[in-house]
Amino acid sequence: MKVPDARLEQGRMMLDRARWAAAKLAKMDRVSVQRVTDAVAKAGHAKAQHFAECAVRETGMGVIDHKRLKNEACSTGIADLYAHEDFVAPRIDVGKKIVELPRPAGVIFALIPVTNPIATVYFKTLLALMTRNAIILSPHPQAKACCAEAARLLAEAAKAAGAPDGVIQVIAEPDIPLIEKLMSDERVDLIVATGGPSVVKAAYRSGNPAFGVGPGNAPVLVDDTADLRLAAKRIVESKSFDNSILCTNESVVLAFSTIADRLLEAMKSAGAHVCSSEETVKLRNLLFPEHGFNIGMIGKDANLIARAAGFNAPNAKILVTPVDLVQPEERLVREKLCPVLAFARVQNIDQAISAARSMMRKAGRGHSAAVHSKNEANILAFAATVPALRVAVNAGCSLGASGFETNLGPSMTIGTGFAGGSSIGDNLTPHHFVHFARIAYNKEAAEAFGNFAGLDPLDLPKREAAPLSLAVDNSSDSELRRELRRIILEELSAVLAA
Amino acid sequence: MYDYGLFKFESKQQLLDTAIRYWNPDKTKFWQKAGIDLVIDRREGYRLYDMSGRSLIDLHLNGGTYNFGHRHPELVETLKGALDYFDIGNHWFPSVARAALAESLVKVSSGMTYAVFAPGGAEAVDIAIKSARYATKRRKIVSIVKGYHGHSGLSVATGDERFSKIFLSDQPEHFVQVPFNDIDAMEKALKGNDCAALIMETIPATYGFPMPKPGYLNACKALCVKHDAMYIADEVQTGLMRTGSMWGWQAYGVEPDIMVTAKGLSGGLYPISACLVNDKTGGWLNEDGAAHISTSGGAELGCVVAHKVIEMLQRPELIANVGFVSEFMAEGMAEMRRRHGDIFTGVRQKGVILGLEFSNHPEGALHVSRALYEHGIWAIFSSLDKRVLQWKPGVLLSSDLCQEILDRFDAAMPRARQLLRDAAKVN
Repeated sequence: MKVPDARLEQGRMMLDRARWAAAKLAKMDRVSVQRVTDAVAKAGHAKAQHFAECAVRETGMGVIDHKRLKNEACSTGIADLYAHEDFVAPRIDVGKKIVELPRPAGVIFALIPVTNPIATVYFKTLLALMTRNAIILSPHPQAKACCAEAARLLAEAAKAAGAPDGVIQVIAEPDIPLIEKLMSDERVDLIVATGGPSVVKAAYRSGNPAFGVGPGNAPVLVDDTADLRLAAKRIVESKSFDNSILCTNESVVLAFSTIADRLLEAMKSAGAHVCSSEETVKLRNLLFPEHGFNIGMIGKDANLIARAAGFNAPNAKILVTPVDLVQPEERLVREKLCPVLAFARVQNIDQAISAARSMMRKAGRGHSAAVHSKNEANILAFAATVPALRVAVNAGCSLGASGFETNLGPSMTIGTGFAGGSSIGDNLTPHHFVHFARIAYNKEAAEAFGNFAGLDPLDLPKREAAPLSLAVDNSSDSELRRELRRIILEELSAVLAA
Repeated sequence: MYDYGLFKFESKQQLLDTAIRYWNPDKTKFWQKAGIDLVIDRREGYRLYDMSGRSLIDLHLNGGTYNFGHRHPELVETLKGALDYFDIGNHWFPSVARAALAESLVKVSSGMTYAVFAPGGAEAVDIAIKSARYATKRRKIVSIVKGYHGHSGLSVATGDERFSKIFLSDQPEHFVQVPFNDIDAMEKALKGNDCAALIMETIPATYGFPMPKPGYLNACKALCVKHDAMYIADEVQTGLMRTGSMWGWQAYGVEPDIMVTAKGLSGGLYPISACLVNDKTGGWLNEDGAAHISTSGGAELGCVVAHKVIEMLQRPELIANVGFVSEFMAEGMAEMRRRHGDIFTGVRQKGVILGLEFSNHPEGALHVSRALYEHGIWAIFSSLDKRVLQWKPGVLLSSDLCQEILDRFDAAMPRARQLLRDAAKVN
């Protein structure tokens, strides 16, 4: 017998539950919101190690220690960073005669990638909570168990801290058809899609407002003014961080030829294995077999990848593959999401720019780039012409472009902007989850701005009903009218006086 | 032109004329006179559409029949799937659909042993009364003044005489009535040790949902135990999560010997009801299982839908939703009382079962019902206490729709006030 898809129907009920939660959240004050946010951040932080282990075990990707760091940064790190910002109370701008009332999105449907599952669960959940939004987490199927466990932990912490039921929910058994149906449901207010291009496209196709972000493929310029020892160390650390699983990780080093050999030596000292041309061929064939990309290597450790390719690179933190051609047809200059770093020599800044643009034609537009340099003209020329929306300078790209080692918004979701098929170009921050209703006064000087200080939209004075008598006494009709007239006149004059 | 393929009507008026001519003249005219010119046409979710196309939010739900809303997609899909496989079935034989539904019902009803199926609530009440009589070998049945259990032979005899006398179906020698919430009266009725059963709506619906006093239902049950009478819980309006528990008796901690469920069990799609019995009252199912038979009782299509209904009712999301709607209505109606306390005099509530009191006029709720109707809400007054408006939000109502309901209610109150004033003048 044909029966309805109970998972889909239950998913729809989850959306209703989230809408209720969102309606209740919208009535919570700043103190209560902060209490919930802090409790959730603490709960997540306390289990950072546990979930790092779970995620690596379930997905086979990344490095436990690095995942723990990300989980910590995306729990209390994020909560502390935005603790001083108020996304709840009205904002009064006396100069512009405008009052802004924060208006949460409502129900956020959040897609969680397999690459950074727990950190993204923490991150999106906290952003949603601090802006008073309910969130439904939809993990990648290969990370569903750890995400579901983490989501439940956060949900319990939120509830214990006074959040309404249903603010954090998780799709326990996700698959693409289910997710597509739920994303297109009108009960979803906003989709935040971090993941592969297919889910991002699906998010935008849904007909609901969406922030989807495209893939990365970061070029790293090292010019002749760079501190080569520091640059090499930062590149190797960044490239090996969590086995290159952040979409902001370095993809191709573009080194000025005058310093390229010294840079390579410095990178070797920092733990890189520089591949021979035979090893480079082996890696190319391993990572990019005839039809596409070998996802089995995503987030794997450099030694394992070398062995899989057919050579040994003991103790290597990353594998550097020198390439001659920086064009999309050289497969090694595409996004790899593993600690394999292409390395190309360029004559000057102009050649560096055209190389960066060429490699990003296939993937990575609107995403990230890095520069190691002291030459502002080079930095500016690179940033002005390469299609990246963030250029980390003298920092590792993994944690620099994602905002943890720069002053960009620390983020697990990197807006790739119009160039990258996205409606946001920033690193996703809580600001993206809230709109404002604006009270705007006539700007003529004669029209005075009201005094809104101390008025709380959640606690305005209320009116009571006057008692009603249904007893009708016609004899006193005219008297009643006189009395009514008197009351109305009194009220009118009171209004006029005010 | 209203063309339905099999039949068509030139106009709404032609339909009304046909209904008066061939169907039920008094009922048809009653609503016209009451200012409620509703002929339900399309229906979807918690919205109804009059033939004119006007939309109404349904807070009547026919006593919970549309607990999940009209034509809930999951239930429609379930029934459509079932139609490719099942039909009414043959009541003589065991069936997969009946066995599966009986099991799922018994599993959510502690203390119950078997489920006996019927096509509607009244027949299920008849089965309940017969089972109690079987178990006790007594005939007398105690019920509540203004209680309501249906219109078939035994069930109608338990209810208000408005529905029995006209058909000479009152049986005062075997059916006794006592006032609700009066435990002394109950004791008097039961103490002769000659009663087969007390039948009790956990919250009397047609009487306007007066809430049982704390301990009242438990005391009634204790009296039944003391005097060897069976306690029959009529859960037709209070069951299926409407009180926040699967069954109303669970919410009050009173375990019956027999319980009846109907209306919403059908999903609003395929009529089915059930009488659940315990070991003692279900003894006849071992002695002579064909003593009660019903060709369409336990129709397999209905069983499949009901099975889905019970499954859906146990989802955590649905249970949470009932909590949300209950809380919203409690807070929302408190606010409406603050704004309109001059006419809106009280609220009775348990879960998503509410009675709204408009006690300044003996037929207050009739007028308020009309004002709400004019403002896009259909909620019916209590037949046996017209001061009370039955307010029955569905268990799956969304946050947005609840807010819309409250906004419409608020907007309707000035009109209600005017109608009540006019009514007072006429009197």
